[in-house]
Amino acid sequence: MPGELADEGQRRAMLAEIDSSCRAPVLFFVISGLAWLLIGTLLALVTSIKLHSPGFLSAWDFLTFGRVRPAHLNAVIYGFASQTGIAVTIWLMCRLCRVPLISGGLVILAAIFWNLGLTIGLIGILAGDSTAIEWLELPGYSTPILFFSYALVAVWSIITFRLRRESHLYVSQWYLLGAILWFPWLYATAQIMLILEPVRGTVQAAINWWFAHNVLGLWFTPIGLAAIYYFIPKVIGRPIHSYYLSVLGFWSLALFYNWNGLHHLIGGPMPAWMITVSVVASVMMLIPVITVAINHHFTMVGHFGKLRYSPTLRFVVVGALCYTATSLQGVANSLRSYSEIVHFTHHTIAHAHLGLYGFFTMVMFGSLYYIIPRISGREWPSLGLISIHFWGCFLGLVLYVVPLSYGGILQGLAMNDATIPFMKVVEGTLPWLKLRTVAGLLMALGHVAFVGNLVWLLARVFGPYRKPVVAILSGTETPAIAGK
Amino acid sequence: MKYGPLLFLGILLTLASSWVGLVLAPYKQLGGLLPNPATNAVGVVSYFPEARKGEAQQGAEHYRSLGCVYCHSQQVRPAGFGGDINRGWGKRRSVSRDYVHDRPVMLGTSRTGPDLTNIGERQSDYSWHYTHLYNPQITSKGSVMPPYPFLFEKRRIGLGGVSTNALKLVGEFAPGDGWEVVPTPAARQLVEYLRSLKSSFDLPEAPLPKASDDAVTATAVQ
Repeated sequence: MPGELADEGQRRAMLAEIDSSCRAPVLFFVISGLAWLLIGTLLALVTSIKLHSPGFLSAWDFLTFGRVRPAHLNAVIYGFASQTGIAVTIWLMCRLCRVPLISGGLVILAAIFWNLGLTIGLIGILAGDSTAIEWLELPGYSTPILFFSYALVAVWSIITFRLRRESHLYVSQWYLLGAILWFPWLYATAQIMLILEPVRGTVQAAINWWFAHNVLGLWFTPIGLAAIYYFIPKVIGRPIHSYYLSVLGFWSLALFYNWNGLHHLIGGPMPAWMITVSVVASVMMLIPVITVAINHHFTMVGHFGKLRYSPTLRFVVVGALCYTATSLQGVANSLRSYSEIVHFTHHTIAHAHLGLYGFFTMVMFGSLYYIIPRISGREWPSLGLISIHFWGCFLGLVLYVVPLSYGGILQGLAMNDATIPFMKVVEGTLPWLKLRTVAGLLMALGHVAFVGNLVWLLARVFGPYRKPVVAILSGTETPAIAGK
Repeated sequence: MKYGPLLFLGILLTLASSWVGLVLAPYKQLGGLLPNPATNAVGVVSYFPEARKGEAQQGAEHYRSLGCVYCHSQQVRPAGFGGDINRGWGKRRSVSRDYVHDRPVMLGTSRTGPDLTNIGERQSDYSWHYTHLYNPQITSKGSVMPPYPFLFEKRRIGLGGVSTNALKLVGEFAPGDGWEVVPTPAARQLVEYLRSLKSSFDLPEAPLPKASDDAVTATAVQ
């Protein structure tokens, strides 16, 4: 935990000052992120329905499966997940460095450019300008705008880090600094070598998967882990289980994760050493994953009762469990014998959602439940909507990941057996694909409930009834909902 | 931990390691690959894989733009790894040299539909491809591939009678009396691209199986 200031009142006043300085910039990123979440969810539902009912909305080229699917991915990755991640990063940076947010205007400018670049890019994808390079579909004319916006955020973060008034660097800061420095390197390499000046042949595939895997491992994962490391101890009021494990976890992640990417090309037309090196690094991921799992889950031992009262804790702990699960699943998927079965199947899609939705998105939701009341000075208006949000997302997640993972294995086994006609393999996937649409509807319900609750809260902030809520600023540091 | 600069350095060095290993090294090893020269019986030298020309190259742009890669891979796994060769998706595994002309390289990560590395080899019939793109249910009942009606033009049959390139559609798929369905240039280019997808040539690093092996690699269709 960050060091305590001697005087409790002084500490509270400083936190209140930091929180209110974050209000406009963080809210701007959050609101844009959630707008993209709704757009991304809608695109997801259309994509999912198309995969079992191919005639659905098939008359127009801009709504064909091959365009809606990358539009969904880019809307949720760069629109929702990245912007929400940046919002949480900004707030955590200010809190952990103990400095009020500087140059709020710059941060808002960055958000405007981010949304502008993404809007242009997504229209481009639907219009047919997708690059067809997975995770990098945004056309080359939109990505420089995103990169400029990102550079503003990165410069802001590094200046804030330099201005820090807290000499101790908490584990969350290591991860955040990692994410901020890793992402531009990844993105610039991929943009230059794949889109601006494409390299020849399968070098593209190597760079593609070096990038795509690292976007998960060195951008979303560190932000998600930083938030878990911050919020679990914060909410339950107990320090993290082991400082030394957190050091080991961070550096082993930094060492091994970035070598994982080429396990996406197992069986592909690549020299064997490239694949092997990635498989080895993927197995080495057991070290950071188990270390972090012990650290997170052991911190929680004895405090599970608090899950009932704190939405932050509920979402974040589910996210932490999903991180463990998806990472172990990822290690299994990287083994040649298992990859032979699941590689080209829907199993991979389920795995990706366990990571980005089960882990990252749930942690971000939990973080927002904590942050937004503090920066806006208002409680969440509806406990019912919070419940709908949690259960919609959680049940949707389970119904998505479990059946589709299983169905994917069956699909892979059938595909590898050449005596089974391909159309039989396709038929076998239909029940799982239909269940996925149901799961998507549950998630969508959760998202609508969350956004509804936020709109309600904001209406109270900006609306005519500006009744101040003193409990948050002067009260305890436990979540606003706690104790109710 | 208190040392910002140390953290900073560690963060940069760790990523630098894999940038060298998984970006720079593949670039050095594979970035200069060239097509392989082969001399035929009468002494003419050709280079494989051959570069795509004209309509086939334009078709690759439609393949990219319509996102075909999200359901179709273009890579044949080695014999004994998965069922690719037994399914007849290729006679030999794919290797890096097969892709030296492709921009972007569309290996694909999903087989919601079958692999297309050799679709030009397996299915060269124009009218099958057009009908399949117009509505996959006609040629492949139960497919989850979407129809692409926007690649075709439905128009009144002119004074000269039914066009030679009109699709032969019957039953529920027929366009109705006095109407015909013809491919647009985009459909034509896409089909030329699909027909150009072939990897049945020898490469030193991936020779085709000899005739005696053919009996083993059965020819299951699709």
